Formats: sequence, structure tokens, C-alpha cells
Amino acid sequence: MAVITVTAENFEEEVLNSKVPVLVDFWASWCGYCRMLAPLVEQVSEEVTDAKFCKLDTDNDPDLADKYDVNSLPTLLVFKNGELVDRSIGFVQKDQIAALVK
Amino acid sequence: MFDIIIVGAGTAGMSAAIYARRSGKSVLMLEKTSYGGQIISTPEVVNYPGIKNISGFDFATGLYEQALALDADLSYTHVIGIQKGCPEDPEGFTVLTSTEELSCRAVILATGAKNRPLGLQGEQDLIGSGISYCATCDGGFYRKKVVAVNGGGNTALEDAMYLSNLCNHVYLIHRRDTFRGEAALSEALAAKENVTFILNSEITALIPTYGSDIPGTNIRRTTLSSIFIRNRVTGEETALNVDGLFIAIGQMPDNTAFSSLVNIDEKGYIIAGENCLTNVPGIFAAGDCRTKEVRQLTTAAADGAVSATAACAYIDRNGR
Ligand SMILES: Cc1cc2nc3c(=O)[nH]c(=O)nc-3n(C[C@H](O)[C@H](O)[C@H](O)COP(=O)(O)OP(=O)(O)OC[C@H]3O[C@@H](n4cnc5c(N)ncnc54)[C@H](O)[C@@H]3O)c2cc1C
Repeated sequence: MAVITVTAENFEEEVLNSKVPVLVDFWASWCGYCRMLAPLVEQVSEEVTDAKFCKLDTDNDPDLADKYDVNSLPTLLVFKNGELVDRSIGFVQKDQIAALVK
Repeated sequence: MFDIIIVGAGTAGMSAAIYARRSGKSVLMLEKTSYGGQIISTPEVVNYPGIKNISGFDFATGLYEQALALDADLSYTHVIGIQKGCPEDPEGFTVLTSTEELSCRAVILATGAKNRPLGLQGEQDLIGSGISYCATCDGGFYRKKVVAVNGGGNTALEDAMYLSNLCNHVYLIHRRDTFRGEAALSEALAAKENVTFILNSEITALIPTYGSDIPGTNIRRTTLSSIFIRNRVTGEETALNVDGLFIAIGQMPDNTAFSSLVNIDEKGYIIAGENCLTNVPGIFAAGDCRTKEVRQLTTAAADGAVSATAACAYIDRNGR
């Protein structure tokens, strides 16, 4: 599955109301490690079919970054049944991304 | 068995890979994090000759694509040591990683440098949760908050200036009574109302809050809440409440894994001159990890060329 772009508008619907675990990649265009991580999240989203993968541009939605206490990029947040259950800060390899939604 | 194993896929390592592949040698780069090294998080590089302006990510990705197009191999693994001799060749080397042992004829060490940590308890766990080593990366998340910057060089002064335009208050903590960085910068900072200098002082402890609730979730999270500062003259210790601490006390190498074989100076840099030769024939050092005056992309790339050429000559000379 491709990575879905989320914003303040569809965050509730795509992330909080999701029936399957959701990984949200908090990123920004100026962040080098985010650009490094994005293709890996993309690859994992193709391989792991029982989870949803989203990305959120923190420059467009600073309030959501603030709400979830994101203060370094990239940050990956994992939601299950509308609740934040895990967080990973900084660049990680593919297997670590996949392990987050296991 | 590879002709050359390169430890570290930063600017020096990838430049070495390009030169070694173009000389027809087989090359494996071993990288513990991601290709690109230190420059990845720099938004703008404006001093690389021939390129007016490029992001660190684009610069590194260009090198990466160039090296891979020449059929250099790259594998993500942490190198934990090197031994003289390998099963195929007593004159070769065994490179030890966290998962395997690899054989080669020559080694190029291009391990670079990393941000120097304070070395305080809890520091690693608080990275991204109040502690940062990059003001231009993470500063935006501390808008209207109270932060401290630690350091006395240009980076610390520039970080304090950048943050003073975003944050409610910036404390600049430095262990001496004068700054090493440019006087013009420290004077401009002194004139700012929301900047306070805390001089002759060092940070002695990081105090986290356990279990601050994130609204709308049931998750509790550890974040930095205050720091302890000791005045080096009076010995007095005080607590300071901060939302963020930006550490800017320089870079340091990490070559301990190789120190049983290769000579290292008192700061941890591999002793090697402009020819990139170490005390061990067949092991070369390139980029920020070796003793040198100027640690920049151009000098790292130059070392890549010099070390690869020397490694190829070493292999050819030994008729292997
Ligand atoms: C914030 C910042 C801004 C900068 N801006 C500029 C600039 O504008 N212009 C400029 O010219 N220079 C700049 N520099 C300096 C420049 O980034 C360095 O000189 C350059 O990156 C050195 O390249 P290197 O390949 O020697 O080391 P690095 O870039 O540090 O790369 C070393 C690589 O080796 C890997 N490694 C280390 N140990 C191991 C191991 N045991 N096993 C496997 N892999 C390992 C690391 O993960 C890393 O990827 C800047 C540096 C910083 C920190």
C-alpha cells in the first residue's frame, strides 16, 4: 500500500479511526534524514499489508507535531485503536520500521 | 574477498569508492547508519567548489548514486574491529562487523566524526525529547519556549542567535569566561533582551520529567525539564528550568574499534598525514577521522581520492 498524506483535516479519519495499526512519518522538506527515511517507509508499506502508513509534513501542521510532542525529525509515531503506542526518533533502517508496526 | 573495504559511507568513504572502482578494484562500503555521514542534516552547502548551493542530502545522494553506478557495494552494518590476515591471504585483513567477518586486501577507514555528547546520565534517552545537537533542525519545535545552548565556539553562538529569534528565552552556557567564537556574534547576542549568558559554568545533570501526559493519548513520556549548572569559580550549583538543551561543544571521532592496530592521537583521531597512510601498511585513513587541520567536504573528498589511489597502488605493488 502506498503512503497516505495526512493533515489536520484527515488525521482523525485516517489515523485515529483506523481499524489497523498506523505508522505516521512526521517529516519536513528541509530535513535530510527525513528524505532518507521516506523511501524506506514507502518500501515497508509495500511489504507490510496489515498496517497503514501515513506521512505528515510538520511545516504544514505544526499543531499536530506539537500535540504529539514531536520535537525532532524524522519521528515515527505508531497508533493503535486511536491511541499513540510507540515512537521512534531519528533515522532507522527498514527492519526497524517494520518492527514498529508488528 | 574484496580488494578494498571502506569503513564509513560519508563523503570521504564514497569518494574513495568512486576512485577505487574506476581503478577496477572491487569495493565494499560498510556503513552503520545511512550513507552521507555528517552532512545529511545540513540544509545548505555553499562552499563546495563548483557547486553554488546544494542541500547536504542532495550532495550525499549524488555521491551515493555515482558510487553505486560504478558498482561499488554498500552494506549497512557496524564495524567493530579489524584483524591482520584473513582466511584467503595472510597479508590481507579481516573486517569484523556485528554480524559477520569479511576479507579484503586493503582497508580504508573513513569513520568521520560525530557530535560530542556531554556524557551525562540520561543524555542518549533524551535526544529528541529535549536534547538536540542541531539548532537549525530542531529549533522550530521550541518556538516560544525556554532553551539553553551549551558551548563557546561559533556553532554555539550561531545556534543561540538562531534560537533567540524563535524562543522566549535562550541561556548560553559556556565553561569559560570568554567565547572562542566571533566577537561580533557574541556582542550581538549580549545586546539581545531574551539572551542570558551563564559563563564559567558547566552542566552537571539532566533532570527529566517522568510521565508528562500527551493530551488525547494514554502515553506518558520522559522529556527534559531542567538542568543543573555548576559555576566553576564559586562551585555553586543551581537548577535551571528549560524545555530544550542544544549541545554545541564540537565533534569527536570514534576510532576505538581500531586502536589495537592503528595509531591514534590523544583526541582519538587516526594518525595519518595528507598521504592518508597509517602506521599499518594496507590500512588507510580518509576524511574527518584522521589528524588534519581542515575538516570539510572538500578535504574529505580529496582524502577519498588520495586514499583510494594509495590503496590501489598498495594492492598492485603486492601483486595481488
Ligand atoms: C552541522 C554541520 C555542518 C557542516 N557544514 C559543512 C559545509 O557547509 N561545508 C563543508 O565543506 N563541510 C561542512 N561540514 C563538515 C563536513 O560535514 C565533514 O567534514 C564531512 O562530513 C566529513 O566527511 P567524512 O566522510 O570524513 O565523515 P562523516 O561525514 O562523518 O562520515 C563518516 C561515516 O562513517 C560512519 N561510521 C563511523 N564509524 C563506523 C563504524 N564503526 N562502522 C560503520 N560505519 C561507521 C558514520 O555513520 C558516517 O556515516 C559540516 C559538519 C556539520 C556537523
